[in-house]
Amino acid sequence: MTSKKIGDVILDIQNISLRFGGVKALTDISFNVKEHEIRAIIGPNGAGKSSMLNCINGVYTPSEGSITFRGKTFAHMNSRQVAEMGVARTFQNLALFKGMSVIDNIMSGRNLKIKSNLLLQALRIGPAEREEIAHREKVEHIIDFLEIQAFRKTPVGQLPYGLQKRVDLGRALAMEPEVLLLDEPMAGMNVEEKQDMCRFILDVNDEFGTTIVLIEHDMGVVMDISDRVVVLDYGKKIGDGAPDEVRNNEDVIRAYLGAGH
Amino acid sequence: MKTTFPHLLLQHAAQRPEAPALREKEYGIWQTWSWQAAATEMRHMACGLLALGFARGQNLALVSDNRPHVYMGFVAVQSIGGVPIPLYQDAVAGEMVFVIEDADIHFAFVENQEQVDKMLEVRESLPGIQYIIYDDPRGLRNYDQPGLISTAELVAKGAEWDRDHPGVWESMVGQVGPQDVSVILYTSGTTGKPKGVCQTHASFIGSASGAAEVDKLGPSDSIISYLPPAWVGDHLFSLAQWLVAGYTINCPESASTISIDMREIGPTYYFAPPRVFEGMLTTISIRMEDAAPFKRRMYESAMQLARRVGSDILDGKPVGAMDRLKYKLGDLMIYGPLRNAMGLSRIRVAYTAGAAIGPELFRFFRSIGINLKQFYGQTETCAYVCLQRDGQVDLNTVGQAAPGIELKLADNSEVLVKGVSVLKEYYKRPDATAEVIDADGWFHTGDAGVIDTHGQLRIIDRAKDVGKMKGGAMFAPNYIENKLKFFSHVKEAVCFGHEKDKVCAFINIDFDAVGNWAERQNLPYAGYVDLASKAKVLELIADCVAKVNAELAAEPGMAATQVARFLVLHKELDPDDDELTRTRKVRRNFIADKYGVLIDALYDGKSEQFIETQVKFEDGRKGAVSATLKIIDAKTHPARAAA
Repeated sequence: MTSKKIGDVILDIQNISLRFGGVKALTDISFNVKEHEIRAIIGPNGAGKSSMLNCINGVYTPSEGSITFRGKTFAHMNSRQVAEMGVARTFQNLALFKGMSVIDNIMSGRNLKIKSNLLLQALRIGPAEREEIAHREKVEHIIDFLEIQAFRKTPVGQLPYGLQKRVDLGRALAMEPEVLLLDEPMAGMNVEEKQDMCRFILDVNDEFGTTIVLIEHDMGVVMDISDRVVVLDYGKKIGDGAPDEVRNNEDVIRAYLGAGH
Repeated sequence: MKTTFPHLLLQHAAQRPEAPALREKEYGIWQTWSWQAAATEMRHMACGLLALGFARGQNLALVSDNRPHVYMGFVAVQSIGGVPIPLYQDAVAGEMVFVIEDADIHFAFVENQEQVDKMLEVRESLPGIQYIIYDDPRGLRNYDQPGLISTAELVAKGAEWDRDHPGVWESMVGQVGPQDVSVILYTSGTTGKPKGVCQTHASFIGSASGAAEVDKLGPSDSIISYLPPAWVGDHLFSLAQWLVAGYTINCPESASTISIDMREIGPTYYFAPPRVFEGMLTTISIRMEDAAPFKRRMYESAMQLARRVGSDILDGKPVGAMDRLKYKLGDLMIYGPLRNAMGLSRIRVAYTAGAAIGPELFRFFRSIGINLKQFYGQTETCAYVCLQRDGQVDLNTVGQAAPGIELKLADNSEVLVKGVSVLKEYYKRPDATAEVIDADGWFHTGDAGVIDTHGQLRIIDRAKDVGKMKGGAMFAPNYIENKLKFFSHVKEAVCFGHEKDKVCAFINIDFDAVGNWAERQNLPYAGYVDLASKAKVLELIADCVAKVNAELAAEPGMAATQVARFLVLHKELDPDDDELTRTRKVRRNFIADKYGVLIDALYDGKSEQFIETQVKFEDGRKGAVSATLKIIDAKTHPARAAA
């Protein structure tokens, strides 16, 4: 197998700090993400991983610092604007529409791509119908890709947790993102589900060339699939590099195992 | 029959080019190939192989789920004088090595990345594999090993080659004759290494025509192809009968969507091994238990009526007018919707074979109006020896000799077969061929049977498994095991008794059925091992064994083979651990060796025994499970004269 081609920096995070009142969630964090790589953010509980993701995602506005995406720097941006730029995410505590079918959930990921107006859509006439068929085709490819054909019409709430996670990933993929942010994609899964999810993440990265930023607790998984890893602890960056470098980094070992191990 | 599979496909394409030949559900929609499209694609696949250097007389391995390109691929290879060899798609690489070496494979057609990986692994030890053709390119983008080519590329290459070499393919098809080997099916091998069974176009087409004639199969029929293509049954139903009868085959979207796909297609002709029917009935029973009391009562009373008169109505026997009316009503309210829920609404003929089917199960399906029948055959006979005719269906037999087949019993009750479907030879094994086909041309099936006065064959056991107990009684392990397996709580059973003074058994619980039962009993359990060792579960199984013993006690000559002691195994017997064949038959001797300590404990009179067992996971990793198994003395009965 040839190794994949990692491109230039696509997302550059410079000196980000985030404060909630007196609480410093993130302090002066800088790292970058290159095109086509799998970049992991790890760290113990409360290290600021999700806050970091929320900054990139536009949910939080950082108190200091800048985020540059494809050469465009921004300090204030809402999550819709981020999504329109091609950044999609999944959630740690699934945010799916439980009563809706798998298809409808994934279709909702196409929301930003739908051009026809509300009235045409409601009446499902002319261009709206053609458009829906085109979007449905994209969604079907995602369903095929994630191997959830058997659950197309099942309400998401009835699916086991591992499959719901897959649907969540499917909805993010439906945006055809350039960068995919995954917030603990493997949390709460059994070994088999984790293996499946790893496979899907690698396949997404490989087939669609999507750049992936993921937060994960499971060190084994992170070291196996990511190209580079950032380590956070108490809102500070304590390590950055290839999995092997990070594994041997004294600060990282201390953060994970406690001092004087 | 003077034709071959490629000629049949071309004939359908000429006679009814636009009729549907194959369907596959993909991206949520049934994609259809007309006969014309199938013939063209088959031709281009064949030409693509020629372009890659495939030569007449070579073998090609096929490793795939049921996909249209597999079936077109079979015919493509045959059309240029090659022999397709389907392999079980769930076999691990190590298991494929033997066949690939034995058959001198240079070309392989595989489904996806998983199978490509296996082939690449095999190629490390067998560099002879030149080309690996894959159907689904997903995940293979970055593979740069030599000889990898997608089906789409193969077809495109073939179309070009065909243009540049006019008439070459036609002349190659012309050279293919009915007596040529059309396929080599490797037997799963309950003992020793697998053997390649060489079957000709003539034998498979002859068998398919015979079956099509009995059941009046034609172009308007439709089947769902979901069984492993490496298995003789699928080859008969999805390839031979497809091309002979000209019906439509439908490939499911994935293994997990079969039941949904079946409801959409509504096949008219259906084949399933007993365990599939068992699965359907289990699902229905579980759902009925969860239904509201009123619905449950309605179901129960309708089923009572169906048990009484359903089979007779199906067989056209006289039934009272009142019962007929009630059955009609039941059909409207219960049987029809039930058939629909299982995707069996349009079924004209359904078959089961491969293992014994439980009486309750068989009667259930027949009583709700599904024409379920049995047949008998093996790889060596194209799965075509006996068939039950409509109106002459008896649970205990496998029917009369099929058209074109002669049947007789040897002195040791072994079933002997002569006729159209008998194999040509075992591949490169004249010694093995001579062992099974005698000088007069009779094929020795290895099954022990009885032929009744109506010419109906009844199979008792494998001839070699039939043993003698110390007391001199005949010991037919399968016969007892099947009786045990008819209970929904028992998934698998292995009996021992040859040259022993009593019969002892290993039992595997059915995790779904027993798990469901345990939930209803408010019995908490942590997993398979834990559930299998619960005292209440052991009681449940002891009850099943006692019932089997009661039945055995009532049968002439069987009383001595009642199960005296048994234990419930801590792990499921699994083909990955070589305990079952890929077609899920128990490998008796292997199990006897592997679990020797347990057998000793059964016969030593111990009350429990510790065991640790190696297990192999699907991805090839290994692990171990251990448990202390309780040994239970079963209730036995004094021999009774048969009623």
